[in-house]
Amino acid sequence: MPRAGMVRRPFMRRLSGGNMLRRYLFRRLLMLLPVLLGVTFLVFTIISLTPGDVAAIMLGQGATEESVAKLRDEMGLNDPIVVQYGRYLGRLVQGDMGMSYATKKPVIGEILSRFPNTLRLAILSIIISVLLSIPIGIVSAVRQYSLFDNAGMVFALIGISMPSFWLGLMLIIMFALKLGWFPSGGASEWKSIILPALTLGVASTASITRTMRSSMLEVIRQDYIRTAKAKGVGKAMVIIKHALRNALIPTLTVIGLEFGELLGGAILTETVFSWPGIGRLMVESIQRKDTPMVLGCIIVFSVAFSVVNLSIDILYAFIDPRIKTTYQKKGASK
Amino acid sequence: MTEATPDTPGPEANMQGRPKRRSQAAYIWRRFRKNRLAVIGLGIIVTLVLVAVFADFIADYQTKVIKMNIPIRHQHPSLEHVFGTDEFGRDMFARVAHGTRISLFVGVISVSIALFFGGTLGAIAGYYGGRIDTYIMRFLDVLLAIPVILLAITIVASLGTSIINLMIAVGVANIPGFARVVRASVLGVKGNEYIEAARAIGSPDYKIILEHVLPNCFAPIMVYATLKVATAIMATAGLSFIGLGVKPPTPEWGSMLAAGRGFIRDHLHEVFFPGLAIMLSVLSLNMIGDGLRDALDPRLK
Repeated sequence: MPRAGMVRRPFMRRLSGGNMLRRYLFRRLLMLLPVLLGVTFLVFTIISLTPGDVAAIMLGQGATEESVAKLRDEMGLNDPIVVQYGRYLGRLVQGDMGMSYATKKPVIGEILSRFPNTLRLAILSIIISVLLSIPIGIVSAVRQYSLFDNAGMVFALIGISMPSFWLGLMLIIMFALKLGWFPSGGASEWKSIILPALTLGVASTASITRTMRSSMLEVIRQDYIRTAKAKGVGKAMVIIKHALRNALIPTLTVIGLEFGELLGGAILTETVFSWPGIGRLMVESIQRKDTPMVLGCIIVFSVAFSVVNLSIDILYAFIDPRIKTTYQKKGASK
Repeated sequence: MTEATPDTPGPEANMQGRPKRRSQAAYIWRRFRKNRLAVIGLGIIVTLVLVAVFADFIADYQTKVIKMNIPIRHQHPSLEHVFGTDEFGRDMFARVAHGTRISLFVGVISVSIALFFGGTLGAIAGYYGGRIDTYIMRFLDVLLAIPVILLAITIVASLGTSIINLMIAVGVANIPGFARVVRASVLGVKGNEYIEAARAIGSPDYKIILEHVLPNCFAPIMVYATLKVATAIMATAGLSFIGLGVKPPTPEWGSMLAAGRGFIRDHLHEVFFPGLAIMLSVLSLNMIGDGLRDALDPRLK
């Protein structure tokens, strides 16, 4: 394979070891930076537009005008927004997100202690979703228009239309208050995570099932499946070995997107179940007008979301040989 | 809707001068009608729209929806109060009915905001391509890196809570999605010969975009918008539920859920009915969206 592009770019070559795929990964990683900068800037700007004088809020009711003005000056609130952002960013890369107005403690500490809870919840939810949706999707596609398929699709439609906060309340009434199987909120015991994880997982289960079914349907009609069947490969084998592997590719994208959605959905679910994650922290901080904490939470959420999307893109390149080859062709022709 | 009746005879319509559009609408409607779920969805949404329009006839806003009546608080559903009463003795049915008005209104307006701005950006990016496209899409990539609900929360948190701000927040948060969909379909249409013909006779760009490009992108945008009204209704209710949307005593479904949350042990109806209303409206729009997609794109299914 001719690699004209590589000759002209020895630096890239050294960094990536000359491997096209690795070079692709490196480039994708590099693209994360401007996105993260953009996201933090945007969020910082929007939050800074909040009406009300931060300095006055911090000092409370009895503050004199001079002391407010002095604090404004000290906090750099009179500087242009870009300067303020630059300062924030400078501290952010050092792991400093400022002090919480409410607790007077570093924001980063609170976020770091809460974030694992959100991650745990989201990961358990996506595992439940994937385990449920892929088999259901396959069976629905293989037995298209059967009773199973029709029922499954109606349930999936209901699943994506179900408001998570309502479902959460219904589950609490049923399994916590009436049956007493699970606690109704908090994170004091291992059982606490079950209801929130189920609640959070319903919508993603539904949409992954729908994607799995439709991509499976598409794959089943392909020529190579007919060829495999004609060759005399057993039905189960055709499904698992030939169809599933191809149908999983679009499903994977949706799984990635859904994982990102789960992070966002966690905001509501955590509020319903009083789950001590970053979503609930954010809602509480908004109500307390604790701006540094709100900003920190939103930034952590967005970064996590971008990282998930990036990981899916990268995983994609490994799984789908077509993407690899198009990239190689493009890279070589440059 | 009248022109979309399936009985519209093709040849006769031909005589009247506007043959193509008429028969195509009829064709789409015929396929849409075959989808049982879609028709059920349409039935539900028509009912909800009627409830929203005639909410004042169903129950008077001041006396039934807002005025408290403490002696009859927390009543369970009965013939007199079909959905029961809430913690202030207000009729839940009246409140849910008036809530329909708010939810549908906020849903449609916020999607219109997103459609207008997102559509403009997407059409410009797709039509002109090149550097303009790159700049617009890079900017939107940044917005897309924030989950919709999070972006909406960010905007509401900074603007303050009110119905207007809620619509702006949900609308703005949906702009990137619309821009992407419109851009993709503009790219698909742009290469056609009739666009080139329009350019050859000297039509200005805005005219080509508005008169030739966008009408031909109608189908995917319509489907997307329908589905997005559903998510906008859900987002509105969600934001109100966490106290960032419509404030009580305004009868919004999400804030009604939040209010009823404290009484779920004994008064299930106070959260059940508002949630059911949210689900029904979202579900019906999703059914219609799915049905429209299948009806507009015969290649699927």
